[in-house]
Amino acid sequence: MSDTSFQNATRSNETLLGADELVLNMGPQHPSTHGVLRVKLKLDGERVRGAECVIGYLHRGVEKIAENRSYQQFAPYVDRMDYVAAVSNGLGYCEAVEKLLQVEAPPRAKVIRTILTELQRITSHLVWLGTHALDIGALTPLFYCFREREEILKIFEKYCGARLTTHAFRIGGLQYEAYDGFEQDVARFCQDFERRIQDYVDLLTGNSIWIGRTRNVGILSAADCIALGATGPVLRASGVKWDLRKAQPYAAYDRYQFEIPTGTNGDTYDRYMVRMEEMRQSRLICLQAIESIPEGAIFGKVGKVIKPPVGEIYHSIEAPKGILGYYIVSDGTTQPYRVRIRPPSFVNLQALDKMVRGHLVADVVAIIGTLDIVLGEVDR
Amino acid sequence: MTVLLQFLETWWVQLVCGVVIVAVVPLIAGYVVLVERKLMADMQARLGPMRVGPHGLLQPIADALKLLIKEDIIPRDADALIFWLAPVLSMTAALTSMGAIYFGPSFRVAEDINIGILFIIGVSSLGFLGIILGGWASNSHYSIIGAVRSTAQLVSYETAGGLAIISALLLSGTLRVSAIVDAQASNHMWFIFMAPVGFFTYLVASIAETNRAPFDLPEAESELVAGYMTEYSGFRWALYFLGEYANMIVVASIATTLFLGGWLRPFPNVHWLNWIDLLPPLVIAAVGAYCVYRAGKQPVKVQVWFMWAVALSCFAIAVLYVLPWLVQPLRFALPGLNGAFWFLLKISGYIYIFMWLRFTLPRYRFDQLMHLGWYILIPLAIVNVFAVGVALLLEAEFGWNRWIAMIVTTACTLAVSIYLVRLQDKRSAAASSATAVTSDSYAG
Repeated sequence: MSDTSFQNATRSNETLLGADELVLNMGPQHPSTHGVLRVKLKLDGERVRGAECVIGYLHRGVEKIAENRSYQQFAPYVDRMDYVAAVSNGLGYCEAVEKLLQVEAPPRAKVIRTILTELQRITSHLVWLGTHALDIGALTPLFYCFREREEILKIFEKYCGARLTTHAFRIGGLQYEAYDGFEQDVARFCQDFERRIQDYVDLLTGNSIWIGRTRNVGILSAADCIALGATGPVLRASGVKWDLRKAQPYAAYDRYQFEIPTGTNGDTYDRYMVRMEEMRQSRLICLQAIESIPEGAIFGKVGKVIKPPVGEIYHSIEAPKGILGYYIVSDGTTQPYRVRIRPPSFVNLQALDKMVRGHLVADVVAIIGTLDIVLGEVDR
Repeated sequence: MTVLLQFLETWWVQLVCGVVIVAVVPLIAGYVVLVERKLMADMQARLGPMRVGPHGLLQPIADALKLLIKEDIIPRDADALIFWLAPVLSMTAALTSMGAIYFGPSFRVAEDINIGILFIIGVSSLGFLGIILGGWASNSHYSIIGAVRSTAQLVSYETAGGLAIISALLLSGTLRVSAIVDAQASNHMWFIFMAPVGFFTYLVASIAETNRAPFDLPEAESELVAGYMTEYSGFRWALYFLGEYANMIVVASIATTLFLGGWLRPFPNVHWLNWIDLLPPLVIAAVGAYCVYRAGKQPVKVQVWFMWAVALSCFAIAVLYVLPWLVQPLRFALPGLNGAFWFLLKISGYIYIFMWLRFTLPRYRFDQLMHLGWYILIPLAIVNVFAVGVALLLEAEFGWNRWIAMIVTTACTLAVSIYLVRLQDKRSAAASSATAVTSDSYAG
C-alpha cells in the first residue's frame, strides 16, 4: 500500500481495495466539529474522498430578527454570532450603522474600541489554539490558553460587566468610560503575555509530531483562497497580504504600527504560525494604544431614536476569523429594512471539501480546527 | 519456621493471591486513574478531582459505583453475545497475565513457569482480541475504524516490542521470570544499562500496545469519539477502561522485570549501602505523617476521618515492614516485603513516564504511526538484537571486556538509529510533496 497507489485510487472513482465507500457521519454531536457542524465524509479506508458540510443546526434567523428590532435593540444579537469574539462583531455593526447615519465616534471612543477589539482578537486566537491543539491530541495547551483568556475576560468584565457576549459598544461611541486602572490592567496583561506565548511555542512550534501533523496538511493556494472567498488568517497563510486594518483602516488602526504576518505554503502549520504572530501583533497594538488614549467625549452626536436616511451601506472589518461585513438597507424607519451579514466562518468553511480530499480522517479534525469556525456564526 | 515456609508454599496461598489480584487490581487501576487525573491537573495549572473525599481520594470508588448502577445498553444492531464477551475478554487477559508476574521474591500467583515472559506477553496480547471484537460487534462506523486501527497497531508494535524484549532475554539466557531478575543481580547491573536501546524501543512499543497517547489512535477522542468503545456504556465500558489500566501495569511489570532489575533494590550487591533496605518503611511512614498533617486542614469532618484512616493504614503497613527486623522468626518475609516495595516503585516510575508523555505530546496520525513502527522501531529492534548478540559473542569467544563490547555495539546501534530517522525524514518529505499534488487535483 504505497502512497502512490493511494493517490491513484483517490484520483479515479475506484477505491483502493475495490470495496464500497464508507460514509462516515461526523457530527452534529462530535467532540471536534466545534459545535453542531455535521460533516458527511466519504471514506476509502481512512482516506477521505469527499466531505459535505451540513449546517443549520444552530440557525436562529439573526438576520430576520434584525428586521423587527430597532437599530439599538439589534446590537446585542450580533454578539451571539461569533460568540468567542463578541466585541469584534459589535464593532462591525456599530460602525456600519454609524456610517449609515454619517456620524463618527469621538477619537477617545475609537481608541478604546480598538484596544478591546484587539484583546478580543487575542482571546479568539487563544480559543482557536487550545481547541486546535486538543483536536490534534495535545491536551495541555488548552488550559494554558484559557488561563490567559481568563485575564482578558476579567478586563471585559471590569469594563462592561459581561465576559462573553459583552455588548461593549453603542452606536455612536461607548456607553461606559474606561474604568480606573484600565490602562494598567491591559499593560500588565501584555507584559505577562509575551512570556506566556513562549509556553505555546515551546510546547508546539518545534514539536516534531506537531509539525508532522500540520505541515502539508490542508493546503490552500492563494488562488483557491480568493476563488472561495476565504479571508483572514486562512488567506494570509497562503501568502496574500490582505488585512482590512491596513487596507481600509477603521476604528483607530491608522494610528498604530503593526505588521501583517503571512505564510508561504498555505498549510495548517502556516496558519498556526500566522495566528501566533497575529497575537503578538495585537499585543503590540494594545501597548501602543494605551500609551496615549485621547481625552474627550466617548459618545458622538447620536440621538435616542435612530432613524437613518433611506439608503444602504456595506461596512466590513477584519474580525479575528476573517472579513466580517454588514450590509444594511434602511427604509427611513427606526428598524432596518434588511440586514445581511457576511460571516467569515461561513465563507471559510466552504474550503473544507477542497482541503480534506486525499487526507486521512485524523487530518479532517485538524483542518476543521485550522479553519477556526464558530457555528454560531456559520448558521446565524 | 520451616513448617511456616512449607505452609506458604502450598497451593492455596496462590489461590488467595489470585483472588487478591482479581479483587485488588481493579481498585489499584482505579487509583492509577486518579493519580493520572491529579498529575494532569498539576501540569495544566488546575486542581483535578477535589470533591469526593479529601483531594478526591474517594473519586475512583464513586466512579465505579456510578458505572455499576448505570443502565446497561446494547445497541439494537449489535452482535449481543460478542458485544458482551469482548470487554470481559479484555479484562480477563490483563488479569491473567498478571498472574505470572513476580512482585517480589515470594510474591507470586502462578508457579515459577519456565516460559514466564512468553506467557505474560502471549496472554496480554489476547486483550486486543477484546478490542477488535468489541469494535466489530458494536456495528458502528467509529467503532470499526477504531478496531481496524488497533489491529494494525497491534501487529506493528507487538513485533517491535517482542524484538526489544529479546535483547534482555539474550543477556539473561532464560525466559523464567525469577531467573531474569537473578541474572541482573549476578551481573551487578540492570539490563537497561547493558541494552539501553532495547529498553527505549520497548518503552515506545509498550505505549503503543496499551493505546496510550501519543499512540492512542484506536480511541482517539477528537477523531473517533471513543473509537472501539463508542457504543459501550456503564460497567462494560468500565471493564474496558480498567483493562486498559491493568494492561499498563502489566507492560510496566514486564519492563521492570526485564530492564529495571525487578524487585532488586538499587545497588543490591553493595553491602555498605544496606541501609537502603530501611527506606521502604520510612517512606511509607512519611506518607502517613503527611496525611496526619493534612487531616488538620480538611474542611469537612468526614474528610478528616478519612485522612486519619489513610494515615493509620500507612502506619500499619510501615509497622508490617519494621516487624521482620524486630522479630527474628519473621525475618524470612523481609526480602519479599522489600522486593514488593521496590517493584511497585519502579512500576510507578514507568507509568509516570506514560502519563507525562500523554500530557505533553500531540497525537500521531495513522500513517505516521505505521512509518514509525515499520521504518524505525522494528529495524532498530532487529539491529539491537544483533548488537547485543555480537557483544555477548565478543565477550565469550574473543575475551573482550564486557563493558567495552556493550558500549561499542550500543554506539553502532545508535548510529543506525540516526540513519533510520534521517532516511524516514527524507521519505516523508517526498511523500508529503506527492500528497500536495493530489490535493490540488480536485476540480470541483
